[in-house]
Amino acid sequence: MFDDLRDLYQEVILDHGRKPRNFRRLEDADRHARGDNPMCGDRMELWVKLEADGRIADAAFQGKGCAISMASASLMTETVRGKTQAEAHELGDKFRALAMTGTCPDCGAELADDMERLQVLGGVSEYPSRVKCATLAWHTLNNALDDKQEAASSE
Amino acid sequence: MDGAVVAPGFDVARVRQDFPILSQTVRGKTLVFLDSGASAQKPRAVIDTMVRTMETAYANVHRGAYNLSEKATAAYEAARAAVARFLNAADEREIVFTSSSTAAINLVAHSYGRGVLKAGDAVLISEMEHHANLVPWQMLRDAHGVELRVARVTDAGELDMVDVEAKLADGRVKLVAVTHMSNVLGTVTPAERLATLAHAHGAKLLLDGSQAAVHRRVDMQAIGCDFYVFTGHKLYGPTGIGVLWGRMELLERMPPFLGGGDMIAEVSLERFIPAPVPAKFEAGTPPIIEAIGLRAAIDYVESIGMPAIEAHERTLVDRATAKLSAIEGLTLLGRAQDRGGVFAFALDVAHAHDLATLLDRTGIAVRSGRHCAEPLHARFNVESTCRASFGLYTTVEEIDYLAEALVKAREFFA
Repeated sequence: MFDDLRDLYQEVILDHGRKPRNFRRLEDADRHARGDNPMCGDRMELWVKLEADGRIADAAFQGKGCAISMASASLMTETVRGKTQAEAHELGDKFRALAMTGTCPDCGAELADDMERLQVLGGVSEYPSRVKCATLAWHTLNNALDDKQEAASSE
Repeated sequence: MDGAVVAPGFDVARVRQDFPILSQTVRGKTLVFLDSGASAQKPRAVIDTMVRTMETAYANVHRGAYNLSEKATAAYEAARAAVARFLNAADEREIVFTSSSTAAINLVAHSYGRGVLKAGDAVLISEMEHHANLVPWQMLRDAHGVELRVARVTDAGELDMVDVEAKLADGRVKLVAVTHMSNVLGTVTPAERLATLAHAHGAKLLLDGSQAAVHRRVDMQAIGCDFYVFTGHKLYGPTGIGVLWGRMELLERMPPFLGGGDMIAEVSLERFIPAPVPAKFEAGTPPIIEAIGLRAAIDYVESIGMPAIEAHERTLVDRATAKLSAIEGLTLLGRAQDRGGVFAFALDVAHAHDLATLLDRTGIAVRSGRHCAEPLHARFNVESTCRASFGLYTTVEEIDYLAEALVKAREFFA
C-alpha cells in the first residue's frame, strides 16, 4: 500500500525518527534556542556547545514532532559537530534548498559529504506541506548561533 | 455488507454523482475525501447556480434602480429567507450574512460584547471550542474587562454539565458561547438544556453551529438559544459566506460592528444613524454570489432531506466507531453518547503528520494537527491528531478503506 513512500521515509529517516541521536539537554551549552511550528505542533529545544575558536563542539536537542522533523534534527546535530558557525549557516542554506527542490545546488567540495548524508531528506520536496517539518531544526540552529531569543519557526 | 444499511430514500452512489470533484484520482488512487469537517465539497447545483448568477443576474445589491440590481437583490434576499426557513427562525430579518462563522462570532463579541456586556460580567465557553469561539472572547476579556470562564470537558469528551452549572451559579455569566458540535471530538452538546440552564441563570446562549448545522436539523425556536452561527462552506456551499442568527430584540439593542455603506439609514459629515436589522450589520458590498450559492446548497440538502442525511451519517458513525476502536495502537479522542461524523485519532507509532502523508498516498484526505483546537489537545494530553470527518457523500466502504490503511500504516512505522 505504501511502497512508493520509501522515497520519503527511507530507513535512515525512520531509524533517526524512532531513535533520535543527541536527544539530550546540554547543561553547559553556550547557545540555546527553541523552535516551534505551532500550526502542526512540532517543537524542539536546541543546545550548542562551542570550542574556544568558535567551532561547534557539540549540539543536542529535545522535542516532539513527526518522524521527518525528529530525523532532521537528529541528522543535523551529527552533521554540524566540528563545523565553524559559517559552515553551519551554509549547510542550513543548502539544506533548505534541498528540502524545497530535492537537489543540492552548488554543493561546495568541502560540504559535499555532509550534504550527501542529508540527501535522505530530499524526498520532502515532493510534499510541500512537509518541507517545514524538515527545515525547523535548521531554522532553530540559525537562531541559536545568532543568539536570537524568540522561537524559530518554519511555518 | 453488514452495517451498510441504506437510509430510506437515500442513495449515496447517486448523491456522489452530484459532486464533480469526487470522481477524480489522487496520485493514481481514487479520492477518499474525509476532510469535510474542514470544508465540504460542492455539488453541481451550487457550482451551476453561482456561475449562472454571474452570467445572467449579477449586479450590486440594494443600490441600483435598474433591472439587474433588482434581480440580484431579490436573489440575495431570497437567500436570507431560505436560511431563515432552514433554521426555523421566527423572522427572516434575524438572519445576518457575514463572511464566515468566525466573522459572525467576532461580530457578537464586538457588538454584544462591548455594547451590551459590562466590565465584571462573565462569558462562559468550554474546553472544546474551536479557536474561532475562544480567541474573540479572550480579546473581549483583554479589551473590555469581561471575565472569561471555561467549562470543563469530561474524559468521554462531553460537556461537563455539572461544571457548567457551577460556573453559572453566581449569576455573573451573561453569555454562554459554546459549540453545538465539536470539530475534534464530534460531540454534540445538549443545546436545549444549555438554553434552559443559561436562561435560568440570567445568561444568553450562543451556539457555534459550524459543524452541527451540516449534520442535523437545527431549529432556532425549538432550541431556544439566542445566537446561532454557521458557515456556508461546510454545508456544501461556497466559502466567504457565514450566517449569524440572533433574536430580534438582541440584534436591535446591539450597536453596529463594521461601519460603511449599506449599514446606515442616514449619514452626514457629523454623524450617522444605523439602518435597521439586518442591514445594520452588513456594511459594504456583501458576499452576493456566495449567499446565492449558500441558498443553492440549502436547497440541495433539503431536497435530500435532513432526516435522510442524519440516518446515513448515523450509519457512518456506527461503522467508524466499530472499525476504528478495533485497531491496535489507535486512540480515539472522545466517545460521547451523542456525536456526529468527526473522529480524531492518534496512532502509537506514528506522528499525525506522518500518518496523514501515508494516508494521502492511498488517496485518503484527512486533516492532521490540532484542528484549530489547541487547548483541547492539551486537555487530552496529545500533541496532534489526525481527523476523519464525513459528509453526506461519505460511504461505509470509504470508512473500511480508512481502517485498512491505518492498520497497514501501523505496520509501516512499526
